[in-house]
Amino acid sequence: MREVAIVGIGCTKFGEMWDKSFRDLFIEAGLMALEDAQVSGAQIEALYGGNMSSGIFLEQEHVGALIADYSGLTANNVPSTRVEAACASGGLALRSGVIAVASGYHDVVISAGIEKMTDVGAEKAMDALAAAADREWEAAVGATFPGLYAMMARAHMYEFGTTREQLAQVAVKNHYHGSMNPRAQFRNKITIDTVVSSPLVADPLRLFDCSPITDGAAAVVLVPAARAKEFTDTPIYIKAAAQASDTITLHDRRSLTSIDATTVAADRAFKMAKLQRSKIDVAEVHDCFTIAEIMAIEDLGFFEKGAGGPATIAGETAIGGKIPINTSGGLKACGHPVGATGVKQAVEIVEQLRGDAGKRQVDGAEVGLTHNVGGTGGTVVVHILAR
Amino acid sequence: MPIGITTYGVYIPRYRIRVEEIARVWGDDPNDIKKGLRVLEKSVPDRDEDTATIAVEAARSALRRSGLEGADIGAIYVGSESHPYAVKPTATIVAEAVRATPELMAADFEFACKAGTAAIQTCLGLVAADYIKYGMAIGADTSQGAPADALEYTAAAGGAAYVIGKNHVIAEIEDTFSFTTDTFDFWRREGQQYPKHGGRFTGEPGYFKHVLAGARGLLEKTHSTPEDFDYVVFHQPNGKFPRSVASTLGFSQDQLKQGLMVERLGNAYSGSALIGLASVLDVAEPGSRIFMTAFGSGAGSDSFTIQVTNEISKVQGLAPTVAELLEAPIYLDYALYAKHKNKIVL
Repeated sequence: MREVAIVGIGCTKFGEMWDKSFRDLFIEAGLMALEDAQVSGAQIEALYGGNMSSGIFLEQEHVGALIADYSGLTANNVPSTRVEAACASGGLALRSGVIAVASGYHDVVISAGIEKMTDVGAEKAMDALAAAADREWEAAVGATFPGLYAMMARAHMYEFGTTREQLAQVAVKNHYHGSMNPRAQFRNKITIDTVVSSPLVADPLRLFDCSPITDGAAAVVLVPAARAKEFTDTPIYIKAAAQASDTITLHDRRSLTSIDATTVAADRAFKMAKLQRSKIDVAEVHDCFTIAEIMAIEDLGFFEKGAGGPATIAGETAIGGKIPINTSGGLKACGHPVGATGVKQAVEIVEQLRGDAGKRQVDGAEVGLTHNVGGTGGTVVVHILAR
Repeated sequence: MPIGITTYGVYIPRYRIRVEEIARVWGDDPNDIKKGLRVLEKSVPDRDEDTATIAVEAARSALRRSGLEGADIGAIYVGSESHPYAVKPTATIVAEAVRATPELMAADFEFACKAGTAAIQTCLGLVAADYIKYGMAIGADTSQGAPADALEYTAAAGGAAYVIGKNHVIAEIEDTFSFTTDTFDFWRREGQQYPKHGGRFTGEPGYFKHVLAGARGLLEKTHSTPEDFDYVVFHQPNGKFPRSVASTLGFSQDQLKQGLMVERLGNAYSGSALIGLASVLDVAEPGSRIFMTAFGSGAGSDSFTIQVTNEISKVQGLAPTVAELLEAPIYLDYALYAKHKNKIVL
């Protein structure tokens, strides 16, 4: 198996991109990544696109071919594959590209993620997202994602004494990080009061506990590590690409307060990378709701179970803290175009490791981690990246 | 000779429903709604009130204020998105009621919430070209919001009538500018009872884009700045949007206040900006300058610069003011509201 490197990155601005279509977005992100890597279309050997629900959002399927077509790659009949694992589609597209290069099948591969969510109203968007849950056992009987994560929050509060303020601080910290990220959907700083006085969505989760509906796309260029210097002076190496599954339904899980697939994927990743958890300098984790970040930093092993909330309040997860989490602003402030998120996380970590993250730069960051969750934890993808 | 408004009249049904009452039925938090929309209550028509009766009341009020007679009016255009008939004009009903028939141009207009200002522009053209001496432009609606839709908190009823002419002008319309695109932010197809809308898409790409571009276009065309005006009136689908565009353009909340009726009126659609303008004319001093931008989904905006003349003091108080029309409301519970709005089908 060959080591794989990221030699180019691209990411659109995230937000309500009313004047940009699905096609505009992936072309923009893809071209940015190609320019960054100084790669021409003719060199691309394969393409993996993470996308959750173009079928419901746009009534468009077969987007693998669509992406290849509108990227001008049909001349070489480049194999283009759409990858889907709900909100982990992007992370899975990245892992699929890594496997393709590591195996020796391809040398130059694009892994991209995209979602165009604002062409439909809130109700249809909610229904599209509910498809990430079990339609028969969860969604069809009224469970929504805020509702499912609210149950996890309640259980976490009951079991570990996690507080309303600790949850709110996740959003406060991520908005603060987002305020320094030019591509973030929300760049306004907020307070704990902003969160706790925002409209109730699913008790105890309020509007500012939830990630938004977002349009956006991100892409990376992958090559064998041995060839990386042909493309860039600052390749970022993929030390691990791990994935784990669990039951799709929340009620069939061992625990409501842990996402086991996160723990397993992280264990596999750290074993693969031959690294201790303490070596991680910066991480992008899946904060679709504030409770999800608290569970993530515990399940990834950065903090003891139950210590995620207090650590967040203590500033240990902010830039300058023990382990800066979600320097991009996370899903909460940077936005959550579901299929793009996993790739955007990698783009953010690459910028951090290159030292190109501007005001939100984590000093001396050498190793970073991305954590991308599908649904309530039916799929988890963890990548470890290093300089 | 200056062209402008020679008289105006307003009608607002007396019934109201509060945000709390609608929120109670649908399980919403009324404080969230009030904070989000900055609306407290909205007007509701009586069972036998519709766009035609509202337009007639507004037209009669305008004539009463001026001493003009129906026969003096050369054209009547009624702008609404809730004309009682799909085929059969509201304008003829109004014309007959105010005795303006039969030597008369008449038609119904529709451009979502800005059909009334489009009618004003049409009258301006006809008067300027001396085809007619006076033209009456009306914006009136009994707007529809589907039960449990966010629109239900604001979709209100009311209307205003403006007579445009060259004699006894109480407010000169100095200039006008429109900004139009084809934008699917809000629509109702033939046969549908309630409109559909694009949710948050109605904001930035709808209201804000067209209001800001239209207002900036007219400021540029007239070489003016917000400081040149005493009052500003915007289409007011809720209390948030007009406040936001006012501050983006550099108008103060003080300039906006007198023409901002939405908190107690709701969104009167085609009547919205025109009732706001009437509220300003109710109190304006001679020489005051007014900037107005109406917005209609679909989408477009009509902007106007208006200067109040000395004639204004002769007509203020001769017909009910907007403030008077908003006084002494009768509050309905949701059951009576449903009956008033014909939501109960027997």
